[in-house]
Amino acid sequence: MSDPSLSVHDLACARGDRLLFKNMNFTLNAGALLLVQGGNGQGKTSLLRLLTGLSSPEEGEVHWRGQPIRKQREAYHAEMIYLGHANGVKDDLNPVENLRFADGLQGREFDAARGVATLNKLGLSRCLDLPCRVLSFGQRRRVALAALLLAGATLWILDEPLTGLDVHAVALMEGLIRDHLKGGGMVVATTHQALNLEGVTVQRLLVGNVAIPELA
Amino acid sequence: MHRFLLAVLRRDLTLAARRRGDWLIAQFFFVMVASLFPLGVGPEPEMLARIGPGVLWVAATLASLLSLSRLFADDHHDGSLEHMVLSPEPTVLLVLGKSLAHWLIYGIPLLLIAPVLGIQFNLSWEAIWVLEISLLLGTPILSLLGGVGAALTLGLRGGGVLLTLLILPLYVPALIFGAGAVDGVMAGTGAEAHLSLLGAFLVLSLMIAPWIAAAALRVSLE
Repeated sequence: MSDPSLSVHDLACARGDRLLFKNMNFTLNAGALLLVQGGNGQGKTSLLRLLTGLSSPEEGEVHWRGQPIRKQREAYHAEMIYLGHANGVKDDLNPVENLRFADGLQGREFDAARGVATLNKLGLSRCLDLPCRVLSFGQRRRVALAALLLAGATLWILDEPLTGLDVHAVALMEGLIRDHLKGGGMVVATTHQALNLEGVTVQRLLVGNVAIPELA
Repeated sequence: MHRFLLAVLRRDLTLAARRRGDWLIAQFFFVMVASLFPLGVGPEPEMLARIGPGVLWVAATLASLLSLSRLFADDHHDGSLEHMVLSPEPTVLLVLGKSLAHWLIYGIPLLLIAPVLGIQFNLSWEAIWVLEISLLLGTPILSLLGGVGAALTLGLRGGGVLLTLLILPLYVPALIFGAGAVDGVMAGTGAEAHLSLLGAFLVLSLMIAPWIAAAALRVSLE
């Protein structure tokens, strides 16, 4: 198989009658981070949803390993994981059960010890047997991040991954992103927060035409 | 492939077990609707036996509709539906698993309650037996076709009412053959023809509905 790469060719996206962007081109190679920036309502989330294949572009194509993703949906989804605004965490299940079902839905065997270790690493050791309903917003976000780590996907597509996280969790997340990139992974993320990502190849993409002050 | 189907099933059954109120409401609704008719039309045993099969079938369809609007809505709301659609497995399997789980959670209890209500309507044991078979064949149809409606109306305001308007006409064949089978056995003409047609309709729904629902789900998520 060829090296993992995500590329976008002449992409255009419209929501209703409004054209959000057009003629977008970029290539992301293994070990690189794409930071999607832009003001509110400029189409960052729409772009990310196009990249996941949840929505289809007005024009243009998204390619994974040189092939259009719509022609290899299942192979692409096996290597990609998306974390959107909603966490995908069920309120009635506890964090471990949430991870178990997340794994089952990805067609993997659940490794309970690894799941618990990941949750502990994310600072959830005291909440393992509580239903997620009683957890705070940030803690639920951490459960979603644990599912992200366990998925073992090559490409992470993260929509505002740092929302609701405290300083420690942001630092932890920065470390996780760095580790993932060093291991040959790829990350596409939107964020309004400054990220400390030393030693990481960062590509920036400005969506929309509103100039924003330089981050990080 | 089967592991994914099992995972969807186990997940939905676990969630239903955690929120018993949700599925009890549908069963109570079934009992309530069916019990209102004897109060409304009077207690003559012949009259009740005459309308019984139809009333029970209509009540079962309405009870199934009551729960359908939530089939995908909860998962859509908390984002887990996107995760499931983005899994490497086909969306058709997801829809099939969720419809099957819906049938196990809402259909099977109807099967268990129906004989009691049958006695209330003065149905003979033979008629109750045929009613059970017709519900066994018919309730999966309600879950499968309902999945199409639930996927189409996902995320719409007032989706519940729209779902009812969309799906009730599709339920008509199941209603006709299901209630017709019980009527047939009571009239002495036999139930086989109606049950065969109901079975054929089930096979048809099983072959077509998950594909349509999967396509509708992808459109709704765009």
